[in-house]
Amino acid sequence: MKKIFTRPEALKDAPNHYCPGCGHGIAHRLIAEIVDETGIRERVIGVAPVGCAVVAYDYWNFDCSEAAHGRALAVATAIKRLRPQNIVFTYQGDGDLAAIGTNETIHAANRGENLTVIFINNAIYGMTGGQMAPTTLVGQKTATTPSGREGKGHGYPLKISEILSLLPGVCYVERVSFQDPQHVLKAKAAIKQAFLNQIKGQGFSLVEILSPCPTYWGMSPKDALDWTRDVMQKEFPLGKIK
Amino acid sequence: MAKVIINRERCKGCFLCVSVCPKRLIKKGSKLNKRGSNFVEIDPAGVCVGCARCAIICPDCCIEVYK
Ligand SMILES: Cc1ncc(C[n+]2csc(CCOP(=O)(O)OP(=O)(O)O)c2C)c(N)n1
Ligand code: SF4
Repeated sequence: MKKIFTRPEALKDAPNHYCPGCGHGIAHRLIAEIVDETGIRERVIGVAPVGCAVVAYDYWNFDCSEAAHGRALAVATAIKRLRPQNIVFTYQGDGDLAAIGTNETIHAANRGENLTVIFINNAIYGMTGGQMAPTTLVGQKTATTPSGREGKGHGYPLKISEILSLLPGVCYVERVSFQDPQHVLKAKAAIKQAFLNQIKGQGFSLVEILSPCPTYWGMSPKDALDWTRDVMQKEFPLGKIK
Repeated sequence: MAKVIINRERCKGCFLCVSVCPKRLIKKGSKLNKRGSNFVEIDPAGVCVGCARCAIICPDCCIEVYK
């Protein structure tokens, strides 16, 4: 018998701190698989966010840096410009990338930095206790919108991927989800594309992942996956945006 | 014939694997591991097809698949 599925070398054999059923664990593994498959483990540099994935560098078996909340793309820009031989990616939540870091995100994209962005959209602030994120759905209950988000007053779900796709500096934007194993494989293909674009020098690539946060959605892990499919995708349709 | 091996100590009991196995071979176990999670168990008599759906959805990389 041949081993057909095992832990990638780029993912440390260590337990992670994520809640049961959290999408961060799947995203970490997919990135590690792609790092192995493209043979870039010695030259990849990840930039970890502030959010639940703040210690992502403890789990990946390659070089990483940490950035202040929202500043991952500013840090990544500096690393890539100083060390163009390295493959640099950021890993950011919706609070990190689309709230406090909106400025850094839009300008790095607009400059067409040759970077890869993995954007975890779980429609909530996980690390700080389930507050409303820019991507929280209208009607969704969070710690700061106890009767549900209202568009007027709280703002509507921010479609940052669509906004970024309008910028000429942006090469590739795709939205994927973790709703079932087939979609996890599709997500992997998109993430791989985003890394290959950088390896070929093609510019700014972003993959948005609809990723479950069962804890602050108040659902079982299985119901949370179904919610990404049945509810979240109505607001955030899957597919290649650019 | 295929086989899956589950890392019982690493399993957090999210049961996503249980929900995606086409042969329904994975079940919530009756025991707890050291972290206090109700880890999953594979039916030893069942015929695994080696599709790896359980391993692909596992957020904790607890499952190895052999075929
Ligand atoms: C400058 C600054 N402001 C606010 C915070 C508090 N803070 C930590 S994580 C976070 C939001 C995390 O949400 P998200 O980026 O969506 O990631 P998740 O935890 O959901 O994965 C906030 C507001 C901080 N650490 N630093
Ligand atoms: S709070 Fe949500 S995003 Fe954070 S580890 Fe738990 S499930 Fe994952």
